[in-house]
Amino acid sequence: MKSVIAVIFLFMTANSFASTIETFKFENAEQEALYQSLIVELRCLVCQNQSIADSNAELAQDMRRKTYELIMAGKSEREIMDFMAERYGDFMLYRPPMEPMTWALWFGPVIVLVVGFVFAMRLIRRQEKTAVTEDLSGHDLERLKELQSETAASKQPGEKKS
Amino acid sequence: MNTTVNNKPSLLRRLAPLIIFAAIAALFMYMLNRMNQGEYNPRSVPTEFIGKPAPVFSLPNLLDMESKVNSSDLLGKVWLLNVWGSWCVECWREHEFLLELSRYRGVTIVGINWRDEVADAMNMLQRSGNPFTHIAYDPQSEAVIEWGVYGAPETFLIDENGIVREKHAGAMNEQVWQAKFASYFR
Repeated sequence: MKSVIAVIFLFMTANSFASTIETFKFENAEQEALYQSLIVELRCLVCQNQSIADSNAELAQDMRRKTYELIMAGKSEREIMDFMAERYGDFMLYRPPMEPMTWALWFGPVIVLVVGFVFAMRLIRRQEKTAVTEDLSGHDLERLKELQSETAASKQPGEKKS
Repeated sequence: MNTTVNNKPSLLRRLAPLIIFAAIAALFMYMLNRMNQGEYNPRSVPTEFIGKPAPVFSLPNLLDMESKVNSSDLLGKVWLLNVWGSWCVECWREHEFLLELSRYRGVTIVGINWRDEVADAMNMLQRSGNPFTHIAYDPQSEAVIEWGVYGAPETFLIDENGIVREKHAGAMNEQVWQAKFASYFR
């Protein structure tokens, strides 16, 4: 049974690889490098948390082919990004341009980090403060000992065993 | 004495996590409800084309592969562009309404048959009728990418000057028609 499942999984993975990797012929290494860098920068609109490089969606396949065609037509990286953004919006770009709409996206993580840092610092400071107050004064120390001996005396002799 | 008071958090303090949780849960419930009502779609991407010239396409005619369907032939007309495929469940669902539009309300609908098998597409038209005046065959998403489409069905309205005026992602129905499209055909 286990081996059957293993074989099924093997086929599933083999199949998914077959559908993602097309072989395009480039004229030079720069074109291929541009292609590889572009397909990880462009979002697949079907499965929106994947780039068109990762996605198995049919539209992603077609977008990879379109990217390839644009490269072969001599378009630059900027031109291809603009081509996609003109049609699908900046949402298609994993690094959208900085503008009021995307400020939260660009600065949000930094703000969260700063707020978290301030919060953590305050927490640590407060803990330090309470640690200081635990250093009891002479009077309190005496009182503590008194209480401890009181509780020890009140215990029944046999109790310790249990 | 003082320290013991400080160490005990106030009621509000202790309830804070619960209050935050309740607030987030309420927000989720509100948004899920809006999604179920069809008022909000987290996956929808605002179209880039409203108020801009419609992209042109020239694709094989599904019903006669020798000839072409050219979007430029439709200049001077108000028309709908509908992206569909026989594999798309929602397309079957809206089909009846598209037929109603083309047969009884005189609306010109041009179809883009997207990533489909010719036989499957023809079968769908034979079984359910053909609401389209022209059908462009687009097995490799040529026009689909030009129009920024990422799902089917999707419907665009193009005015007589070739400007895109409206877009609807998802099945077309009377409600959507009245809200977005009907006013252009009066």
